[in-house]
Amino acid sequence: MPYSRRDAVKLSLAALVPGVFVQGSRPQQEDTSITRLYRPDLAGRPRGRITDYENDPFIISVEERLRCTCGCNLDVYTCRTTDFTCGVSPAMHREVVALVEQGLTGEEILEAFIAKHGEAVLMAPKKEGFNLAAYFVPGAAISVVGAALALMLWRRSGKVAEAAAAGGGPVSGMSPQEAAKLEDELSKLEP
Amino acid sequence: MWLALLLALWGSVVGFIAGRNQRPELVESARRATYALAGVLVVASLALIVALVKHDFNVSYVASYTSRNLPLVYTLSAFYGGQAGSMLFWAVVLATFGALAQWLTSRRYDDLLPYVAAVTSLVVLFFVATTLFAANPFVRLPFTPSDGGGLNPQLQNPGMVVHPPLLYLGYISVTIPFAFAVAALLSKRLDTGWLHAIRKWTIVSWLFLSIGITLGMWWAYVELGWGGYWAWDPVENASFLPWLTMTAFLHSVMIQEKRGMLKKWNMILIGLTFFLSIFGTFITRSGIISSVHSFAQSPIGNYFLFFLIFIVVATGVLIAKRMPMLEAESQLESMVSREATFLFNNLLLVGIAFSVLWGTMFPMISEMVRGTQVTVGPPFFNQVNIPIGLALLALTGIGPLIAWRRASPGHLKRQFAAPVTTGLIVAALLLAIGMRDFYAIMALSLAAFVVGTIMQEFIRGVGARNRLHGENYALAFARLVGRNRRRYGGYIVHLGIVMYFVAFTGQAFTTSIEASLKPGESVDLRSPWGYTYTFTHLGVSQYEELNRFTTAASVEVARDGERVGIMKSEKRQHVDSFGRASFEPSTEAGIRSDLREDIYIVYAGSVQGTEEAVYRFTLNPLVWWLWFGGAVLVAGGVVTLWPGATSGAERRRSMAGYAASITGKSSAAAAG
Repeated sequence: MPYSRRDAVKLSLAALVPGVFVQGSRPQQEDTSITRLYRPDLAGRPRGRITDYENDPFIISVEERLRCTCGCNLDVYTCRTTDFTCGVSPAMHREVVALVEQGLTGEEILEAFIAKHGEAVLMAPKKEGFNLAAYFVPGAAISVVGAALALMLWRRSGKVAEAAAAGGGPVSGMSPQEAAKLEDELSKLEP
Repeated sequence: MWLALLLALWGSVVGFIAGRNQRPELVESARRATYALAGVLVVASLALIVALVKHDFNVSYVASYTSRNLPLVYTLSAFYGGQAGSMLFWAVVLATFGALAQWLTSRRYDDLLPYVAAVTSLVVLFFVATTLFAANPFVRLPFTPSDGGGLNPQLQNPGMVVHPPLLYLGYISVTIPFAFAVAALLSKRLDTGWLHAIRKWTIVSWLFLSIGITLGMWWAYVELGWGGYWAWDPVENASFLPWLTMTAFLHSVMIQEKRGMLKKWNMILIGLTFFLSIFGTFITRSGIISSVHSFAQSPIGNYFLFFLIFIVVATGVLIAKRMPMLEAESQLESMVSREATFLFNNLLLVGIAFSVLWGTMFPMISEMVRGTQVTVGPPFFNQVNIPIGLALLALTGIGPLIAWRRASPGHLKRQFAAPVTTGLIVAALLLAIGMRDFYAIMALSLAAFVVGTIMQEFIRGVGARNRLHGENYALAFARLVGRNRRRYGGYIVHLGIVMYFVAFTGQAFTTSIEASLKPGESVDLRSPWGYTYTFTHLGVSQYEELNRFTTAASVEVARDGERVGIMKSEKRQHVDSFGRASFEPSTEAGIRSDLREDIYIVYAGSVQGTEEAVYRFTLNPLVWWLWFGGAVLVAGGVVTLWPGATSGAERRRSMAGYAASITGKSSAAAAG
């Protein structure tokens, strides 16, 4: 694959532009001591150097609660560290960093994003109002059905026990102790 | 395809008529229609495969999903890589399953088979009609392009060659048990006969779903590069839903076989499983829910919506009409019985299915009710489902330990003492070593408890055989499993599930760091196990291979100063046959796996086009357990399926179950 001087100039310029984006207003100096790639244009989106902000646990925890709005369904942290073709999550990361630098708390940062992008920017609905249904309906449904099931089983097993006591049980003429002993012996032989 | 449409229509109509009047020539005609349908669709599929392999770019589908330089294996997998091809794939596999069901089913169920032919033909009819009218892979272009667009790079992965077809096989094979259930309802043969006829189909279907889902996780893990394997994406959820209800069915059907109970519930479960298998396809293809897996939007969603409504109405009416014939033959005798634990197991499985469905649909519900869009992502699903999942894990251990009908206190004490002690010891150890994550402690302790129950069952069984028959332990083990394959195969499956839970627990301890490194520079990362990993960037190389241009970044890895090896992560820029870049670059993670943790390295790109590389280094504990749990689960399924699984002992116990149900019925009658 030919690699002309003109290409080198173009690629150097192209590589500098994203560096400006990633690093904000401080363009990076090109380090001439490092070998250039043969085809940087085929090595994915050019990246800037990693700063402390990228690994900051607080920033990561906030970004994990924010959804990247590019349509990938991932949170901002996962998207910016995974989908290296996405330009949205790095921009959202820069917004988070800017808000952190302003001294906002995690909740305040989330509120700022909600104000800008709507509630759908959160990875999970806020626990308030109608959203409570999202959180509590499954648990409530299981609890209610479970309680009803338990009540039904308790009543039915009571009826069967009464029938057994009246002599019509599966094995009549057997005391509860004898039935338990039989069950124990049978379980030992089961294999 | 038109011939297939006519044959499917014939098979459906004649099948239902033959089922009603049992005229031998119509019964035979319905049967032969299923064979002919399978044959015709195989020919259609071969035609598409030939077009793909011969690069017939005049066929729109071939031009859209392949290119001249696409490796042959991915050219073949393009058959089901696009919407129209996957519809044809579904139709041909279902038609083949329908024919196999006719061919392999015992003649004892001859009166069910015409209805089975009718139902399978009807479902094939739907898929063939949708393929023909809304997503036809044979549509030709008015011109012939010199090359095709190629296959999405993320689909150019061995996992993607096998994951979709296996998942499809799972979805599709659900139709056969459903067809037998409908046949039983229509023919009013509602004894346990239809359950015996579908036993292997249900296990096969469940296994395909399990393997398909697990391979999907593996593909996501190795190919998508985010370091996880499950993101609660709507399409992942859609595959999980029928698996949950099918798992519930596999358990509750045992109660019907043993005790003649839960007949209505089992009909509902198998209907629900079939519905969910189609529903999953609907949400993937209709575009009603945003997903990274979504196919291009097309009118196909309307066809699926209509079919789903038809399934609900037809199955609902049929079950409602047969309700009086679906009364239980016996009553539950105790709250402390295997039947009761299976009921609660069903409640939790269906409960998880409901919560997943609820979460998946909630964005749509919220928009309808409030007019506000919300996102329901992993934090929600984890919060809601982890407690239910842990309860289910507990029941996995409890269920098999409790006797059928009624368990005595002495029996409970003997069964639970050792496993509960094992679980408590593990909990104490975890606390002692400083683990404080509540769910992780619960999950690992419950896993130990369940493993304890399984080991106890095996040890007691082997011990009993050793004492009673004088067999050595190896022979006793082989015969124990061989003579009661369903039971012990089930335990092996449970062991596989426990391994999944162990792997899921590891996700709580994932650690990660991003770094930009010049050649020779290093970064350290501490693992949850206490090791310190040192990653040293070696350099970046670029080369051409197959249909792509690869940029590979190499890293030397050391653990506590001891060299582990060199790992490589790649950026792949796929190119067409003219060397032009096609698609966005994709990322190949470097993964090194062992029992404790995975080292997961992602090359994110280069700084200013130099060898200074940006990496994300992740340590993922316990991921190995997921893939090997999958292997154990499949092994258990194969043991369960192995021919001759119904031993004499099992038949006798089964008969005892029926005897008990008869006496139980008389007791109920006496009580009444």
